[in-house]
Amino acid sequence: MFGLEYKDSRMLILVAILVALAPFMLNPFPEGSGMAQFNAGYPDLMQRFVIFGIFAIGFNILFGLTGYLSFGHAAFLGVGSYAAMWMMKLLTMNVVPGIIFSVLVAGVFSLAVGWISLRRSGIYFSILTLAFAQMSYSLAYSVLTPITGGETGLQPKVTDPRILDGSLAEGTIAKANFFGLEMGSSFELQLGSWLFTFNAGYYLAAVVMLIAFYISIRIFRSPFGLMLRAVKSNQQRLNYTGLNTKPYTLAAFVISGMYAGLAGGLMVAMDTQVGAERMFWTASGEVVLMTILGGVGTLIGPVLGASAIKYMENILSKINSDILHQWFAFLPDGLEEFVITLIYPFIGKGWHLTLGLIFMAVVIFLPGGLVEGGQRIANLFKRKMPGKDARDNKS
Amino acid sequence: MEAIILQVLNGLDKGSAYALIALGLTLIFGTLGVVNFAHGALFMIGAFCAVTLSRIISISRTIIDDSQTDFLGNPLKVDVPYVYDWFGQATGDVIIDWAVPLSILFAIPIMVAIGVAMERGLIKHFYKRPHADQILVTFGLAIVLQEIIKYFYGANPIPTPAPDAFRGSFDFGAAFGFDPNVIIYPYWRLVYFSFAAVIIASVFAFLQFTTFGMVVRAGMADRETVQLLGINIDRRFTLMFGMAAAVAGLAGVMYTPINSPNYHMGMDFLVLSFVVVVVGGMGSLPGAVLAGFLLGILESFASMREVLTILPGLNQIIIYLVAIIILLTRPRGLMGRKGVMED
Repeated sequence: MFGLEYKDSRMLILVAILVALAPFMLNPFPEGSGMAQFNAGYPDLMQRFVIFGIFAIGFNILFGLTGYLSFGHAAFLGVGSYAAMWMMKLLTMNVVPGIIFSVLVAGVFSLAVGWISLRRSGIYFSILTLAFAQMSYSLAYSVLTPITGGETGLQPKVTDPRILDGSLAEGTIAKANFFGLEMGSSFELQLGSWLFTFNAGYYLAAVVMLIAFYISIRIFRSPFGLMLRAVKSNQQRLNYTGLNTKPYTLAAFVISGMYAGLAGGLMVAMDTQVGAERMFWTASGEVVLMTILGGVGTLIGPVLGASAIKYMENILSKINSDILHQWFAFLPDGLEEFVITLIYPFIGKGWHLTLGLIFMAVVIFLPGGLVEGGQRIANLFKRKMPGKDARDNKS
Repeated sequence: MEAIILQVLNGLDKGSAYALIALGLTLIFGTLGVVNFAHGALFMIGAFCAVTLSRIISISRTIIDDSQTDFLGNPLKVDVPYVYDWFGQATGDVIIDWAVPLSILFAIPIMVAIGVAMERGLIKHFYKRPHADQILVTFGLAIVLQEIIKYFYGANPIPTPAPDAFRGSFDFGAAFGFDPNVIIYPYWRLVYFSFAAVIIASVFAFLQFTTFGMVVRAGMADRETVQLLGINIDRRFTLMFGMAAAVAGLAGVMYTPINSPNYHMGMDFLVLSFVVVVVGGMGSLPGAVLAGFLLGILESFASMREVLTILPGLNQIIIYLVAIIILLTRPRGLMGRKGVMED
């Protein structure tokens, strides 16, 4: 299908189904029940799953294939966001031009950064990209305030020209839309005590994510992708055979920068505001975490990692001590207190601790990330249940 | 002239912090070949050693003092620190006042222990793995350490004052024949700079003039040969890791009065320190120190008003800009050796 091998098209279809049914599957617990807080099926979070999925897929094209560890990818995301926002302010609130423009601008920016940074490799490359990202962040905060809005960031205003849209009716606010379909609008389905939300913005982002995923599969399976893998395994040898690797690595860098820009543009399409903090280097670190956690160099890994981290960020951080007391109410009082004191540092505001520990465990014991973990578990069962594929292990 | 001296002085204290952290990073890299992203966290833990000690020595019991009354006429409750009981009030006050410098003694064993535990428990297993893996695992460790500190000390900065004796400012102008009140410089920053200079000098002296240091330098140059001579180089390298941790920790201890410590201060310094290390030249100790001071001073020059009117925002990006230029024109950094990290 679409020029893919059987195994890849099966994975693409599976991902498509998962993404399409996400509003059902992420809401397994009925409203009002004690477990309802584990539901992730609300639009805001689902949008983040797919958008950060795109970001991580793009990062993986660079890091997973060529082995170049960039610590400055958030800069491209931020640049894409600003570009999309300016399209919305100047041209139209329709998200399409904004998203296209964000990809283009991020592409040009990453071409410039990549052209310089890729002169060096290893840790020097990481530091160079980090330096560029921090420079963009500082400039966005200070000197470039007329373009970036500085500390307040950018939002669409009533006074913006928006030459394609015409003037707004009195008292209305400009909302991001896709040819009239508002990004914020959703259709709610009540089934018994379950409430499912189907959000327009989510489905737009999901379709974009599927396209991005498809392109990434094609890149992984192409001669170009093979060349990138050769760069990772032995760049020197490639050079000795008379090949110039620079065009290949630069192309990979620009492609992954464009993915980041696309994610940034989509972020603005979902939530029409942008601030410089999304370019800070911790944001670059986050996408590294996502990719490693899911599985570097695998196709599905980055998407899994992005979802896992965003799920933890939103769900784990919401649990507080009251909820813990509810859960462990069945234990005797002394034991209950003890268990809660043990667990408390890892949840709520301390979710970063859990994230750090999981991340370390993954790097130490499971360098292939969740995907490798899934494959190992699958291999355990394979002896007993032949025919079960390793890639089925995703949720 | 006055303006230039002032900017150089202003650059020195930040430069000292960069130089100390970069020195530790380079020590670890030069001996063990590990890129330690958790080094900023060690700096931060050092700072919190000072916070902890100043809290410990001000632990007090509450007594009811009948001779004093509060505004309602009730007997006043007075907190009496235990150090008063042990050393008398006058000495007790001095001890509480000098909590930050005293923390140096408290921090050294703790930092060495943390460093050795880190090396034996985690980093040891990463010698053979690629640099990217080392960066990632220490990055994860940094997050964990940061969150542990945040859990115990909260997210807000904790002000930790310097001793009273150092609270004023030194008037360089009056002392060296310029106009008074033009070049004034806080005493504590002067102390910080001298402290950093002493630490750096003693690290170099230790490596240069002791047998232990000689073996370590030999190990840095050719690890295998040293091992073949029957020397347990791993144990010495572990100790060097502890020493690097102690250097970072001491930099943190003394930095607390300049900047109230919070849990993410390490990360803020780490990014810059890595840039410093790369500018100085990966694996070169003098390079790290030189680049630390150089970048600190450059940063303070770039924040002069005269410069900012010509090139606004330069102070924010100068370090990164210099790093990019250096890396592209002198790929090994200012004083980098041949063959280090050139794969």
